[in-house]
Amino acid sequence: MAAETAAARGRLTRRPRRDRGGDRARSTLRARHGYAFVGAYLVLLIAFGVLPTGYAIYLALTNSTGQLVGLGNFTAVAHDFRFAPAFEHIAVYLVIWLVALVVLVVGLALLLHGRMRRTAATLRFVYYLPGALAGVAGVLVWLFMLDPTVSPVGWLLNGLGFTSFAQVIVPAHLPVVLALMAFWTGAGGWIVIMYGALNNIPDDLIEAARIDGAGPFQIARRIQIPMLRKWIAYMVILAFATGSQLFVEPQLVGEASLGAVSNSWSPNQLAYLYAFQANNFNSAAALSVDLLVLGLVCAAIIVTRSGLFDVE
Amino acid sequence: MSDNPTRPARRARVRRRLVAVAALGVAALTLAACGQASSPTAAASAPASKFTAAAQSSSAPLTVWVDSTRLPGVQAYQKAHPDVKLNIVTYNGDANGSNYLQTKVELYDRAGSGWPDVVFTENVNDITWATESGIDFAAPLNSGYVPSATLSNFATGALSPCTFDGDVYCLRNDLAQNVLWYNKKLLDQFGYTVPTTWEQYEALGEKVAKQHPGYIIGTVGDAWAPEVYFWASQCQANQVTPPSTLTLNTSSTDCTRMASLLDTLIKDKSVSTDTVFSAGFAKNTASKTLMLVGPSWYGQTLFNSVFKTPAGEIAAAPPLSWTGESSTYTGDVGGGAWIVSAHSKNLTAASALATWMATSNAYQATAGTYPAYKPAATAWLANQAKSGYFADDVAPAFTQAAGEVWTGWSATKFSQEAIWAATVVPALTEGKTITAMLGPWQTAIQDQAQTLGYTVKG
Repeated sequence: MAAETAAARGRLTRRPRRDRGGDRARSTLRARHGYAFVGAYLVLLIAFGVLPTGYAIYLALTNSTGQLVGLGNFTAVAHDFRFAPAFEHIAVYLVIWLVALVVLVVGLALLLHGRMRRTAATLRFVYYLPGALAGVAGVLVWLFMLDPTVSPVGWLLNGLGFTSFAQVIVPAHLPVVLALMAFWTGAGGWIVIMYGALNNIPDDLIEAARIDGAGPFQIARRIQIPMLRKWIAYMVILAFATGSQLFVEPQLVGEASLGAVSNSWSPNQLAYLYAFQANNFNSAAALSVDLLVLGLVCAAIIVTRSGLFDVE
Repeated sequence: MSDNPTRPARRARVRRRLVAVAALGVAALTLAACGQASSPTAAASAPASKFTAAAQSSSAPLTVWVDSTRLPGVQAYQKAHPDVKLNIVTYNGDANGSNYLQTKVELYDRAGSGWPDVVFTENVNDITWATESGIDFAAPLNSGYVPSATLSNFATGALSPCTFDGDVYCLRNDLAQNVLWYNKKLLDQFGYTVPTTWEQYEALGEKVAKQHPGYIIGTVGDAWAPEVYFWASQCQANQVTPPSTLTLNTSSTDCTRMASLLDTLIKDKSVSTDTVFSAGFAKNTASKTLMLVGPSWYGQTLFNSVFKTPAGEIAAAPPLSWTGESSTYTGDVGGGAWIVSAHSKNLTAASALATWMATSNAYQATAGTYPAYKPAATAWLANQAKSGYFADDVAPAFTQAAGEVWTGWSATKFSQEAIWAATVVPALTEGKTITAMLGPWQTAIQDQAQTLGYTVKG
């Protein structure tokens, strides 16, 4: 690569006239490469993102015979006795998880970046490890961790008054338990990203603040966090979408506890039941569209509030 | 970071436009609502009366779905019939309300191909779903595929969850009739006698709590507790009148008598609120299990394989009765079934395989579970006696229990086990009583049943 550029530069000095044409050719070539990359992604996006979404919207607006029913499926689903509890569960879970995610990810990234530069590389790797485990495997690890009889921290659970797995996962604890699992499997990747974002902040800016007498706390509060705002917004949008679509964690905890967690705990599980227990794909699609709208509304609010798409 | 001065104005304009578009969309949708929203398919509705087989070919290969427990059986069939082309797929047997079979079949329905030819399911309720109009997954086996002489040799009532409108849509693999399991060695050591009535069982539980604290005579934390206790108590929690009326009344004395009996023993700690399959139970309570009311498969599957109770200790007694009642009834926990797909291109070979799996001595006599096919059951019981695991011959208790399963508890489209596990078990863990949970339990059953199209009456 470097040799090529050097050769190109050599040509550039020798034959300046032909070079202008070469520049143009190069930039169109670069554009073509860009299109090729984007094109490959676009094909996948259309096949696995846009088309299924379109199909879901079509299903949600029709019935099993293909007749248009307007919002009928949406109202039918909203009247289901499991609808409100499922959304309540997910709301409590999201509050716990998003707050924990933002506070701890930003906090840990700042700590890593500021105070622990020497051990940062190792720690970043350690934080990232759980995320490298496939989601299901990560949940299985937690199923062992939370069963007092087999857990390596069984003494801690016993100390908290839990003697059986059933006591640990009573309905009131579930949002916290699931948030723990999600944080453990998902936060590491974000810490690495935030660390990268912190590296993007020019050193002279921090230096100037330090000369002006700002301590690490003030630097974090007045410079680093405001400059991370867009990254945090981006994280919250994605985390909200994945969080509201929670499925694997409650499903696996439910199966591991032989059903002590309702199989319609989260809206996504309810959609699954509609599709495959009631053979009602249309109502299942209506629920998925509900979740899509929820995610889009959240994204819209955050994008407009944080100026995520603003160009300087 | 500073905003372009014209940006807020532009943003407001965009927002106004978006709101307008959204409003228009909603209006259009509301106006367009001419059809009717998808309603739940009427559960337990009569299956399609006419069955038309796909184009048949005697050389078409068979795809067989089995759980790991039944896998050696299918492999044995392949060995005995090398000319049949089998594609064996192992899956979870649709156990514990996983809905895996439903998920896959309904996706194949949408794709129009891909169905397995023969399926084993641990969940006998699946037949209700598989015969539903619109699904029509199960083929009627009595229409020339399985001889009626074979069908009539199944245990009394064994094929009733398979039978709709007089047609037989599955072959039962095994029965899971409940008996009273007890540890003969411990019982003799403590000087107790085996109870024959629920009242004696309760009295014994109170005695055990005082004289041998820590020992237990039952569990209610299992998903199948309603099938063990409330089915035997003839509680009206799961009775379907065709096509789709569910009779439900958990406040009747048939339900409350069992609830208060269990509450007394839970309070005494001689009945555990844990499940027998939790890691904690096997570790802490298995060796202190004096008795368990439970299905016939508890013997080999639970006591022998999971609890590792030594041979010569465990025995089975016939189901408990209620003082003053002339008949004794018991429940049933599962009992799998073989379904032949209505989409199969080789129904003859598929039915032959299902029949062999459900009835042949070669497989059934050595299976872990009690065969639903009577001649195989006789051979199976002889084998159990030969195995020497049990302290006494289990044949009398098993045979008696097989004929005492109460018929007032139906195969439904929803899972009683899932409802009990999600509604009652967490409440018991938190210290509530079963009597207090009878109301919420009824509500949960009613909600679930209505969602799936049942009409519920008290």
